[in-house]
Amino acid sequence: MKARVVPLIALFSAFAFALQMFNVPLPGGTTGHAVGATLLAIVLGPWGAVVGLSVVFLLQALFFGDGGILAYGANVFNMAIVMPLAGYGLYRILVSVFPRRPATAAAIASYIAIILAALFAAMELGLQPLLFHAADGTPLYAPYALKIALPAMLVPHLLVAGPIEALVTGLVVAFLLRTKMPLGVMPQPRPLRLRWLWAGLGLVALLTPIGLLASGTAWGEWGGEDLQEMLGFVPRGLEKLGGVWRAPFSDYSLPGMGPVPGYIASAVVGMGVLALLSFLVLRASRRRG
Amino acid sequence: MKAEGFWEKTVRHVTEALERALVAEGLASRPGLLQGLDPRAKVLTILLLIVSVALLHSLPLLIAFAFLPVALSSLSRISPAFFLKRVGLFVPLFTGIVALPALFTTPGRPLFTLWEGVAITEQGSRAAFTLVLRSWDTLSLAVLLVLTTRWDHLLRSLRVLMVPRAFVLVLQMTHRYIYIFLRSINSMFIARRSRTVGPQPAGESRRFLASSMATILARSHHMSQEVYLAMQSRGFRGDVMVMEHFALRKRDAFWAVMAGLLAAAAIVADRLLT
Repeated sequence: MKARVVPLIALFSAFAFALQMFNVPLPGGTTGHAVGATLLAIVLGPWGAVVGLSVVFLLQALFFGDGGILAYGANVFNMAIVMPLAGYGLYRILVSVFPRRPATAAAIASYIAIILAALFAAMELGLQPLLFHAADGTPLYAPYALKIALPAMLVPHLLVAGPIEALVTGLVVAFLLRTKMPLGVMPQPRPLRLRWLWAGLGLVALLTPIGLLASGTAWGEWGGEDLQEMLGFVPRGLEKLGGVWRAPFSDYSLPGMGPVPGYIASAVVGMGVLALLSFLVLRASRRRG
Repeated sequence: MKAEGFWEKTVRHVTEALERALVAEGLASRPGLLQGLDPRAKVLTILLLIVSVALLHSLPLLIAFAFLPVALSSLSRISPAFFLKRVGLFVPLFTGIVALPALFTTPGRPLFTLWEGVAITEQGSRAAFTLVLRSWDTLSLAVLLVLTTRWDHLLRSLRVLMVPRAFVLVLQMTHRYIYIFLRSINSMFIARRSRTVGPQPAGESRRFLASSMATILARSHHMSQEVYLAMQSRGFRGDVMVMEHFALRKRDAFWAVMAGLLAAAAIVADRLLT
């Protein structure tokens, strides 16, 4: 680490610590605080943010005794590595697609990043009873299986922590831009070339048929027929609801196409729909701003 | 009285954090058992005890370990009431709430049926008690370490855990500037609050929050440049020099051996009991 970087990371870590002391009011009366991981990554660059947030979480674990000493590694992975890197990557992608809406891009990126961090935490917690349990089934460490841990972590993050994170990140980035304060105070990676984004997306779309190699259906995505096979009966409620929604590309296949091209076409159409939705959200925010 | 709004909540949190740090600094300089030990020995042994407690599965052993930090705290001239309040407010509030549903959701032999299909299971209650006890034991050990060690000593002694020197330096500087930022947040909030009459629209509050956050951000950027110049003009080249040096004494060795024996005995006893 260069000598120049030491006070920079230290002061911005102190900022991130202070940021988590602010209570932000949400409509409806709840208050909460932001993590600021994406914000720090945008200002300090992704690697500076990883070091800075690790410092913040260590000081918090010691300072308040609430982070947990043994959970420090897991906390750092979720909130000081996954969250700033995901938030930063998404921000760069969104900003190169919509260069005139950086604040909205930062808010969306931070929302997705905090959900991802919560998802990782839920998986770490939810796998524990599967991996560590006594002979009679007593969980030895975290007691909740994935089917409880996932909604318990995701729902509050989708509804409360995510909006707060997005609000804080978006507002602070907007303020920094308006007052012409420098964004990206540390050497930043080269600007992302959109070509690579499209290449990556194309690769992911091309790889979707790999799922065909696996036998069986994705866990929890069973339809009526799969349940009939597994349980020997179809739950009555599901039978009733099963016919309500007919997916346009049922089983990810298109009429008149083999399974492999069908999968790829479904992936392309799905991505297109998501891109269109994001575009509409960004357009709407531009008109109001 | 109106429910506490985000203004009061923020000011309260910040003030509590500042007050906590002041109290801890006072406790760490008292002449007690743990305060007299070398911080490096303390960090290593407390970490060893925390890890061995986390490996325990037997409930009686976990209960026995709950008393150890309380005893050590009174030997370190920290009143047990203060210590219990510090740990005891936290564990039931956080871990307790997290552990409560496990009583019902863990499949197993029913102990007590509330109503049809909802029962506290034997496995569930054992899992919940283990979780709460384990977090009590480890948290109280960690709190003990933090309360009996001065901050600069604690952070410097992280070097024995192979934490890189630059990281320790960043930790120390961050810790120092956190207080400055906390105090400026408090002043900003109190100043704004005392100039505000009547209720604030939500949008106005959010704008105030965003601008105060960004102000702190801008200040941290500005200060980092000034701090760097100050460091450079005092001859900083990336190496850290310290005036005080730690020295291991006989009592540190004695303490380390005792802690090691205790940890080993606990793990062996746990294997025999379960």
